[in-house]
Amino acid sequence: MKTLALIGVVVAVLAAVPLVIHSNVALNFLIVTLLVALAGQGWNVLGGYGGQYSFGHAAFFGTGAYVTAILQVRYGVNAWVGFGLGIVGGALVGAVIGALTFRSGLRGSYFALVTLAFAEVLRIVASVAPITGAGVGTLMKLDLRPQALQFESRAVFYWVILALVAVVLVVTHLIERSRFGAWLVAVRENEDAAVALGVNAFKIKLQAMTVSAAITAAAGCFYVQYFLFVDSGIGYGTWISIEALLTPIIGGVGTLFGPLVGAIVVKSLGETAKLVTGDAPGLDLIFYGAVLILVIWLTPRGLIGGLTVLKKWYLRRLVPRRPLVSDARHG
Amino acid sequence: MRAMANVLLSVENVSHRFGGLLAVDDASLSVETGSVTALIGPNGAGKTTLFAIISGFLCPTEGVIRYIGREITGEPPYRLALHGIARTFQIMQPFAGLTVRENILVGAHLRHRSRDVALAAADQVGCELGLQDMLDQPVDTLTVASRKRLELARALATEPKLLLLDEVLAGLNPSEIRDIVPVIRGLSARGITILMIEHVMQAVMSLAKHVFVLAEGRIIASGSPAQVSADPAVVEAYLGHGAAAKFEAAHER
Repeated sequence: MKTLALIGVVVAVLAAVPLVIHSNVALNFLIVTLLVALAGQGWNVLGGYGGQYSFGHAAFFGTGAYVTAILQVRYGVNAWVGFGLGIVGGALVGAVIGALTFRSGLRGSYFALVTLAFAEVLRIVASVAPITGAGVGTLMKLDLRPQALQFESRAVFYWVILALVAVVLVVTHLIERSRFGAWLVAVRENEDAAVALGVNAFKIKLQAMTVSAAITAAAGCFYVQYFLFVDSGIGYGTWISIEALLTPIIGGVGTLFGPLVGAIVVKSLGETAKLVTGDAPGLDLIFYGAVLILVIWLTPRGLIGGLTVLKKWYLRRLVPRRPLVSDARHG
Repeated sequence: MRAMANVLLSVENVSHRFGGLLAVDDASLSVETGSVTALIGPNGAGKTTLFAIISGFLCPTEGVIRYIGREITGEPPYRLALHGIARTFQIMQPFAGLTVRENILVGAHLRHRSRDVALAAADQVGCELGLQDMLDQPVDTLTVASRKRLELARALATEPKLLLLDEVLAGLNPSEIRDIVPVIRGLSARGITILMIEHVMQAVMSLAKHVFVLAEGRIIASGSPAQVSADPAVVEAYLGHGAAAKFEAAHER
């Protein structure tokens, strides 16, 4: 209950932002931040809770974007239906890649490399296949009507992506408190032990990958509705794979709010870096990289993990330390 | 041969080969329902391999495993857990980032889908094994003895009929062993059948009704603890060729 209330407060505060800020540049920045947060939330289900570090979430982002765009442009499908089918398409790609990689028992860096390879294959296919518009990409028609899932006001787009992020926050919270979530974390911590306790690790990982892919695909669907364009470099490019894993890792891997916090920090940092370094080319990236290294070095479990450590340290200072039973036994 | 009706688990002519090494060689054993049975043997005898085969982590090169009369050879461990076979690991395998309660919860979820019911079950098992004061502690703060109890608790939370214990007493000091032996006896009293690999002979003597001795992959002796420890073949397996005869001679002098 406490967590649901916290989600409510966070979402309410974020929802109020367009009432105060009207600048299109600022809203655009916030929309992209939430978009990256959503992609990161998807990655976090599989990588954060399940411990399977994917380096190829672009495969799902791009599939979501292309399915939505192609259905509308080539087949005249309604935008809302296209959005839903884009999510389904991403989930299917996730299930297929998951079945192939987990059935072959790939773990750790091998899993990361193979997911990267799948995303790259899709990128190359999308850059030559006629249906995706090949190298030219797919351009969507401008149609600023709610039926077409396009809005004149940036604020409405902002609320749409915020609603998606909010739904995923609730879904993630439900996963955390479910048997599926407990088993997923168990697989992350020790797969053999989990299997010995009756967990079908293959099935759990496959389910996690499907949900994870669906969420990141939703980010892709939104991207194409908002920017009205997708090509192979945007849809299946490594940029989104990196954003999707960087935000939860910076924010707090395997935590509910990690991807959201991470996206806000990473995106603000990128903008600040550009402001601070001015016109010097490349300097902003050096600054950005240095701060990221610092964050990962100081808080290996992400910003939220770091906060938890600080809180524990603070509580320990307040409460006089009583000798633990386990300590006494050792002595 | 004992009566088949009472047999919960039987291992029939099982062999396992790792490349050129025959780790388990035509081993057969059976575990009676409700009993505590021990599997002993010198280091490298193949005990842990045989355990991995029984618990489904390895598929034997040859042979059959039967559980309640049904063949289970090669079934994956998670399905065996569902049938009521739980195991602990010789090298403890805790879920390192989680608390004691969360660790036990993973096992409890096997029989209870609802989180609240599973949590209640986990707490109950934790208390039963004397972990009630550390349920909220992260497992990395636990002593070796408490981690052993946690391994037991997790396995127990799956509500097994057959519990496979791989050296739960190894690494414990004598007073810790004295504390945990009654716990294992208590599990047996609740009707759980136990098959244990153990090196601590004093505990084997006091717990097990029936002992199988594995050496170089073969079952070389079986019987009551007293019979087995008097068996010259067993003494030789542990102390080397001719040891039994030397002892005999020393006794006669």
